[in-house]
Amino acid sequence: MADRKRVLVMGNHAVVEGAIYAGLNFYAGYPITPSTEVAEGCARELPKIGGRFIQMEDEIGSIAAVVGSSVAGAKSMTATSGPGYSLMLENIGYAYMTEVPLVVCNVQRGGPSTGLPTKVSQADTMQAKWGPHGDYTAIAVAPSTIEDTVTETIRAFNLAERFRTPVTILLDEVIAHSRAIINLPEPGEIDIYNRVKPTCSPEEFIPFEMTENLVSAMPAYGEGYRYVVTGLTHDPMGFTTNKPSEIFPKLDKLRNKIMNYREETVKIRTEQMEDAEIAFVAYGSVSRAALQAVDLARKAGVKVGMVQLYTIWPFPEKQVKELCANCRKVIVGELNMGQIVHEVRRVLPGDIEIHTLQRYDGEILTPLQLLEKLEEVL
Amino acid sequence: MATATTSEKAKQKSDIFLKYLRPRKGMPSVWCAGCGNGIVMTAIIRAIDKLGLSKDNIVMVSGIGCSSRMPIYLDFNALHTTHGRALPFATGVKFARPDLKVIVVTGDGDALAIGGNHFIHACRRNIDITAILINNNIYGMTGGQGSPTTPSAAFSTTTPYGNAEKHFDPSALAAASGASYVARSTVYHATAMEKLIGEAISHRGFSLVEAVSNCHTYYGRLNRQGDPVTMINSFKEKSVQVTKAKKMSPEELKGKIVIGKLHEVDTTEFCDVYQSTVDRLDGRK
Ligand SMILES: Cc1ncc(C[n+]2csc(CCOP(=O)(O)OP(=O)(O)O)c2C)c(N)n1
Ligand code: SF4
Repeated sequence: MADRKRVLVMGNHAVVEGAIYAGLNFYAGYPITPSTEVAEGCARELPKIGGRFIQMEDEIGSIAAVVGSSVAGAKSMTATSGPGYSLMLENIGYAYMTEVPLVVCNVQRGGPSTGLPTKVSQADTMQAKWGPHGDYTAIAVAPSTIEDTVTETIRAFNLAERFRTPVTILLDEVIAHSRAIINLPEPGEIDIYNRVKPTCSPEEFIPFEMTENLVSAMPAYGEGYRYVVTGLTHDPMGFTTNKPSEIFPKLDKLRNKIMNYREETVKIRTEQMEDAEIAFVAYGSVSRAALQAVDLARKAGVKVGMVQLYTIWPFPEKQVKELCANCRKVIVGELNMGQIVHEVRRVLPGDIEIHTLQRYDGEILTPLQLLEKLEEVL
Repeated sequence: MATATTSEKAKQKSDIFLKYLRPRKGMPSVWCAGCGNGIVMTAIIRAIDKLGLSKDNIVMVSGIGCSSRMPIYLDFNALHTTHGRALPFATGVKFARPDLKVIVVTGDGDALAIGGNHFIHACRRNIDITAILINNNIYGMTGGQGSPTTPSAAFSTTTPYGNAEKHFDPSALAAASGASYVARSTVYHATAMEKLIGEAISHRGFSLVEAVSNCHTYYGRLNRQGDPVTMINSFKEKSVQVTKAKKMSPEELKGKIVIGKLHEVDTTEFCDVYQSTVDRLDGRK
């Protein structure tokens, strides 16, 4: 398309492009490799469109400011990497409890601790599900190319607004720092979802109402609906409660508002799975190597395919189960000591052999390594 | 001249409070009878009422602690957050909606221990937020542990043999960190506190009102300072107006509480400066 905007960007700047397309108008963050270019891009672009950028004193403050801005009506995000993501967990948990939409981009690097600042990893996969304490349901997405970093970022915002919840983008260092010429979506090409606002009068307003789909309407501060936002367990009015009869429904709401509609969160890509006897299951940058491995192996006559997870959480269990149903073997490739493989193992029947290929030395998995693994298990 | 009778005055007073207490929220509060938090809350109510601000345009943000429960009871937009984080949450609200009045209520532990870093940076940024720091020299909510304002040698459940540490002066810390309005008052001086809170809210930039208060339940009991009335009266004894304090020596000021407007500077405010950049860049995309 001639009038499409073509740009040369690195993955981190693709996050900025996607976020602004989705309506981002507030960013708070703290610099950390390999995510810093997201902050720098927002510092440069947001004031030009009337948005706000602030560099906070740390990641705890960053995510707090993001929550505050979202409650005040902004579309808001932050970006960080492992050490910063760990610091943010406290108030990501607050956002789960208070049902505040926001997006956190975690550009993963090697850990634990300061680990490998400039090297790739996918070791925060489980942290994106179980990071903050307590019970809740998390949503996380994983882009794999520069181009789909734009669309997955837009999807992350849409899911956050749709479900009134924090959404994590699990990017990795390889995608974040690679560059490519990509087409940006045209205005209007991708639907943008905005949080539902109350239509009732302030007197009738129930801030955490148990609506049919369990997502309550969310006014911005200053719109006349004065209500309480608290991280303490609360009743539908937002008032703190210790009553079991009110605690159950609140926590069920946090889970069921997403799990009852989990199909809306699912995004999967399949490659040559129609007649595949062996499947690679991959996400993030590993799926690019898997794609090449599938191509090469097919040329050699091996019936292999790939299931790529764009949605990591909630784990798309029905889809993975169905797609792999006719496979004899599955190879799960990850840049960690084995995280998503536990989910794959949980959902697949016992007669499907599950093999793993794991790297956690800061290097990528190559197509050749995946092919070698394939040969080994054939 | 017609003068209101005592009972009429009392009714007017309670009418004001009813106007600002959150309807549908069950009382009583979690606060102990006689806690200074209530006095600070009524001073805030009167200050806001005098300023004639719309309740819809006020956002009250707090962290965790006895003092931090206040936004739940008042009929403003309320953001009751996590321990120590009220100021960065408030920063997000204010920066996203500079037209709203943002008031933070915080305790000495909340603001100066776990939230100490956020505190100095909010001051430094000079963002237009009014912080009301209720300083009761102890952790009330968790049952009387030492705080960054617990004086040396004072007792708490975590300083059972006397505090070995030194304490922060919250007002001096704020002024040194860049806050452009700083005042201190005590729960004995409720009317003066109301006036200072009103000034702080009207001030454009970061303002701090340190409200010295009584936690008789823990600080008072552990340090043999008596019941609420005795403690509150002791604030009267110890307080010195800032104008008078200027003429006193450090020796004479030992153990005194200097009250009044301590610091005010006329300088640019963060959101305003950022907005001027936005205006300058308009349409450069
Ligand atoms: C992260 C975290 N650590 C510890 C606590 C426990 N806690 C709750 S309130 C509080 C201290 C409150 O003291 P202060 O801020 O002085 O307020 P006060 O209760 O005296 O008004 C602590 C330590 C917590 N809620 N969260
Ligand atoms: S414990 Fe202390 S600070 Fe808390 S309500 Fe009681 S008197 Fe007030």
